[in-house]
Amino acid sequence: MSDHSTTQASGGSGSDDGARTGTDLVKRGLAEMLSGGVIMDVVDAEQARVAEDAGAVAVMALERVPADIRADGGVARMSDPEMIEGIQATVTIPVMAKARIGHFAEAQILAALDVDYIDESEVLTPADEAHHIDKWAFTVPFVCGATNLGEALRRISEGAALIRSKGEAGTGNIVEAVRHLRSIRGDIRKLTQADAAEQFEWAKRLSAPLPLVQEVASTGRLPVPLFCAGGIATPADAALVMQLGAEAVFVGSGIFKSDDPARRAAAIVEATTNYADASILAKVSRGLGSAMDGIEIDSLDTRLSDRGW
Amino acid sequence: MSLPAPQEVADRPLVGLLAVQGAVERHRDMLEAVGARVREIRQPAHLDGLDGLVLPGGESTTMALLLDRCGIRQPLQDALADGLPTFGTCAGMILLAREILDGRGDQWSFETVDVSVRRNGYGRQSASFETSLVVDGLDGGPFPGVFIRAPLIEAHGPAVRPLATLDGVPVLCEQGPFLLAAFHPELSGDLRLHARWVASLDRPTERLVVPEPTGAE
Repeated sequence: MSDHSTTQASGGSGSDDGARTGTDLVKRGLAEMLSGGVIMDVVDAEQARVAEDAGAVAVMALERVPADIRADGGVARMSDPEMIEGIQATVTIPVMAKARIGHFAEAQILAALDVDYIDESEVLTPADEAHHIDKWAFTVPFVCGATNLGEALRRISEGAALIRSKGEAGTGNIVEAVRHLRSIRGDIRKLTQADAAEQFEWAKRLSAPLPLVQEVASTGRLPVPLFCAGGIATPADAALVMQLGAEAVFVGSGIFKSDDPARRAAAIVEATTNYADASILAKVSRGLGSAMDGIEIDSLDTRLSDRGW
Repeated sequence: MSLPAPQEVADRPLVGLLAVQGAVERHRDMLEAVGARVREIRQPAHLDGLDGLVLPGGESTTMALLLDRCGIRQPLQDALADGLPTFGTCAGMILLAREILDGRGDQWSFETVDVSVRRNGYGRQSASFETSLVVDGLDGGPFPGVFIRAPLIEAHGPAVRPLATLDGVPVLCEQGPFLLAAFHPELSGDLRLHARWVASLDRPTERLVVPEPTGAE
């Protein structure tokens, strides 16, 4: 039943009276609570309020939305703690924040700020070109991006409690997120057909730890929830990725780079709940004004999804 | 641990699982494992003919907004007023509470159970925890309590019966047909609370199908 069973000390008949914080179950459990919801990128307290009013399950605090990071260039870093605290003081939903890949000092600062989730994110400029953060060392849970099953399992082996597709952030173009979701979900389906001997070869090919490969082969799902991020701009985009097997969606630039952020945000929330009901999707898609300007992937100078190893 | 004996599908209790947002899949797995049929609730029509209802964990602000927008708030309120047996976990507990402290200013609840709850009363995610709970009348030893940004019951009325406490504060309680948990039995892998709750659903159905008075008025 529980896909946490292989990595989680079995709960229950404990003789320990104390409370245990930062366990796998507690970290992955918060991600489970966000299922069926929308996590929205916000750059200040006012946007956080708009997001919460629209029904966001959490907000992601960052200095600039990906579309602006892409346009501005330069090095993108962790946000100013003052801005994060301002958002925490404004909303009652979980507050996430981004750290650079491999930048464990930024992660330590975010943990000290008591954020609810840290996104070790390719949207920011990587700080380490070989190593990701050792996420087991933290009580606060981490989400990481992945483009394929091997990358997802490597992040989980480092302690990630939630995986999201990378997509191609800041483009308003869903094609990369679809590619990543299909790759991860498709390989999981194939892996469940592999016999014991073939699982060794899968582990080698995916460059992923064998025990995680064996676990996915037997359960048919990742050991942590799988969300979608990168390029969601419309209610239909959210419905598409939910039908492809995402359990929740992150929306970055798609909301606050559109004509009517409050209305679009609410529509994407409703579409994520009713992702399989086309008549509701038709209703909530009406009259939202212009979506963010999209970018063709082939025209990009920098592909953020290539960051991470 | 013993599961209910196999029954004909139609005889198994039909449980509605609110699915506007939250940890729906976990509850479904548990409910089906203990012999219930499960129907996800996203529209008012989904409420017809239920034997019980589960309000799962999730974000209570989001769930409340979606209940309004999807037009299910009033039908659900009516079903609760009719005494539909309901199990609320975490955010589900907040939705059933008489009073919400530290919520958004405009946050409403069904005000069904006489408890006053503080949202995130145990703290932010870094304070989320696992611990063992002793549950009143539950065989098989302590129950694994998984608390995630959990609501804290600050006060409760006399009609509310605590079934498990932590540091003197109720974390599992019932009032008539309503069962509330501040923690997440659906994440624990332990089926006992779901099994006991689903088994308790048989009673009202039996009452309904045997209406003939037998003189005992």
